[in-house]
Amino acid sequence: MADLSVNCGGIKSPNPFWLASAPPTNSAYQVCKAFEAGWGGAVWKTIGEPVMNVVNRYGSIDYNGQKIIGLNNIELISDRPIEVNLKEISETKKLWPDRAVIASLMVESKRETWHEIVKRTVDTGCDGIELNYGCPHGMSERGMGSAVGQVPEYCAMITGWVTEVSTIPVLVKLTPNISDIRFPGRAAKKGNASGISLINTINTIMGVDLDTFELNPSVGGKGGHGGYAGPAVKPIALNMVSQIATDPEINLPISAIGGISTWRDALEFILLGASSVQVCTAAMHYGFRIIDDMVEGLSNWMDEKGFQSLDDVRGKSLRCISDFGNLNLLYKAVARIDESKCIQCNLCYVACDDTAHQCIDLIPHNGKNQPKIRESDCVGCRLCFIVCPVEKCISMVRVDDGKEAITWNELMKQMPQPLTWEALRQFQHKHGIEIH
Amino acid sequence: MNNLAPKLTSEEYEKNFAEIHPPFTPNSAAAEANRCLYCFDSPCMKACPTHIDISTFIKKIASGNLKGSAKTILSANWIALTCAKACPVEVLCEGACVYNARGEDPIQIGRLQRYVMDWYVERGMPPIFTPAPKNGKSVGIVGAGPAGIACAAELSLMGYGVTVYEAKSEPGGLDTWGIAPYKMKREDSLNEAKMVERLGATIKTGMRVGDNISLDDLIRKHDAIFLGVGLRTPTRLRIPGEELAGVHDALTFIERVTTRKWSSVDVGKRVAVVGAGNTAIDAVTEAKRLGAEQVMIIYRRSSEEMSAYDFEFELAKIDGVTFHFLTTPKRILGTGHVGAIECVRMKLGAMDADGKRSAEPIPNSEFQIPIDMVITAVGQTPEKSFLAQIPNLKMDRGNVWVNPETYQTSSPKFFAGGDCINGGKEVVNAAADGKKAAHGIDNFIMSNE
Repeated sequence: MADLSVNCGGIKSPNPFWLASAPPTNSAYQVCKAFEAGWGGAVWKTIGEPVMNVVNRYGSIDYNGQKIIGLNNIELISDRPIEVNLKEISETKKLWPDRAVIASLMVESKRETWHEIVKRTVDTGCDGIELNYGCPHGMSERGMGSAVGQVPEYCAMITGWVTEVSTIPVLVKLTPNISDIRFPGRAAKKGNASGISLINTINTIMGVDLDTFELNPSVGGKGGHGGYAGPAVKPIALNMVSQIATDPEINLPISAIGGISTWRDALEFILLGASSVQVCTAAMHYGFRIIDDMVEGLSNWMDEKGFQSLDDVRGKSLRCISDFGNLNLLYKAVARIDESKCIQCNLCYVACDDTAHQCIDLIPHNGKNQPKIRESDCVGCRLCFIVCPVEKCISMVRVDDGKEAITWNELMKQMPQPLTWEALRQFQHKHGIEIH
Repeated sequence: MNNLAPKLTSEEYEKNFAEIHPPFTPNSAAAEANRCLYCFDSPCMKACPTHIDISTFIKKIASGNLKGSAKTILSANWIALTCAKACPVEVLCEGACVYNARGEDPIQIGRLQRYVMDWYVERGMPPIFTPAPKNGKSVGIVGAGPAGIACAAELSLMGYGVTVYEAKSEPGGLDTWGIAPYKMKREDSLNEAKMVERLGATIKTGMRVGDNISLDDLIRKHDAIFLGVGLRTPTRLRIPGEELAGVHDALTFIERVTTRKWSSVDVGKRVAVVGAGNTAIDAVTEAKRLGAEQVMIIYRRSSEEMSAYDFEFELAKIDGVTFHFLTTPKRILGTGHVGAIECVRMKLGAMDADGKRSAEPIPNSEFQIPIDMVITAVGQTPEKSFLAQIPNLKMDRGNVWVNPETYQTSSPKFFAGGDCINGGKEVVNAAADGKKAAHGIDNFIMSNE
């Protein structure tokens, strides 16, 4: 059986699955229950400044009958006092020495205040600290959370205050509510962080009630933006994780967060460079028991692929990440329909004809209309492949000979500048590329 | 009748006649609606004789636009509630669903349509369509069955003054009087008639043409007449003993089951139904559900030739019906009331003109089955005495001949649709006929202007 243990910036756990700092890790009762179920680690719900919560706190976006493809919340950091949380962290760590117990912290932006809470946290015996620079609601208005994460200078400064007194690893948790995630990432590095956690939740308004005209969720008629998480945010998180993983200035271990619901999701983040992954929404939807399939599925996949440890897997997809300008302009693929599998739903036809490149015809056949692709007109956009409900019915088949390759960046070095449509057309014509 | 089956408790009747396809809950309807692929140029729509834009009405369920969904359905089919419950969806829309080709269960289109139409009825059938201003023209419709109702609705929408003449005490035709209670309730059919009245049509019940209104009056009063008269005359077996007490025709029996308290409908302990169409299956399963102990079908050909749908055959088998295939009744025996039926074995011969193999008796193969009740379900024909009064009305193999495009008969002012032109098909065919005939009538009247 493969070794699933990880070391994320000095924080070790028997498997890569940690519960994210959120409602599931609010208390020793919950964290111990999660460890009992098999979770490798838990980032305690953020402790710090005195807060008071409101009700209702959660909003969900459901899609086509599927509940919670996205979840947002306006719950604040822990509404229990610091000393209660630290005592429970200490007790939990003693009970579960092999699991990663990480304390998430958020206090006002004063050096002494940070020094004090860091020292008290280290005294609990926990494995690491995570700095919450991400909460987009409630705390940011008070100059904390994403108010810090959005200003790289604050990020670097406060991280520095923490790392100058901490004797345990320090992860910095980044907010995605920013134009370029690499800047706060670099600031964390500058502040001597041991690793980076991302992404925190995304600013969202979840919905408007068509009967009451109030927001969802509504706090006695009023509402506002909250933090968005869950399956729908995964692609955003994958991108941001890959940006941090590929930035040559950062080079820090990553604890990936964002819509991870299954071992498959987790693997995608690990393939893009993550050392550990953090889960919240999936646990809030189904409970801690989901860890069983996560660990088992990951382990089975590793065995099947012949990987001994996650170190062999980590970052394996990073080589595929490229800028648009470095993609091969002469790679050509067309869609092909396996008519023996086609059920004539003709979703490919309507998608192509209405919204893509009009290269599918409907040919009457046995009283039904059979979609057929005019390959000469197919631009290889892949829309038909995506809408087809039958597995392996439409495939994208490579049709170039693979002998020639040129990227946009290379082409621009050959082309007269400023570039003209005529020059580009000649290049396309030479390579048999017809635009219509 | 002798040897009556004992009556059941009211709980037993309720259980036996409970709906076979219960309604969806809102959640289950949404889940099923979301399962629909929303095919382009969907095969289900083509398979429906009224061509309801099925994937569109289903997507409107998914978005919560139930009124819009009802509009999509009713735009194509005025008999949508009955069709949702009584259509043989297995051989129509659901049979054409692309999921079948994927080896998965088809979308439950009938139940989804029912979900929408039930919602619409529960909401009190709020107006969806605005009839055109009255055009001063008048159409008389004979028969308030599904063909007549559909024709009346479509013409009312176009601005015609429409009067429907119905011989029975309530409108709806077989939808009201002849559909098994475990498929639908007669109130559904009455609501469809009400919908048409709200569009401006007048339905006059208890009006038999030739009885309390003359055919000449009808011709004088209206610019065109639509015949939706159905098949009123049951085909007789023409064998000795048919006059005995305990011999019933299937439609009369089913009408009793549909309209009376079940405890007041007598059935024998042993019931034989002659015929193997869908009406025969209805009759035999209803007899069983009323408490008959032994129920059987007697059919002269084999299961291959019978016209009942596969799912009806399955239902009958589940209900414990015995099938005597390749068997024909020769005479019904008894003194005053049915005591036995004498049958003869049959063998199949060459194809006949209808494309069915002919059945021939095997000599000396007679045998008797003790029986208490016989229900005949060997088809019906149009009421010829009435149709004979219409000048120049051409018949075709026992049915009213119509131009298949316009539904005009050989008597120019008369149009026809439904069972009387096809010899007995589905409700949905009648609904389609009525609607198309309305446009034939419109063209006829407007081109005579």
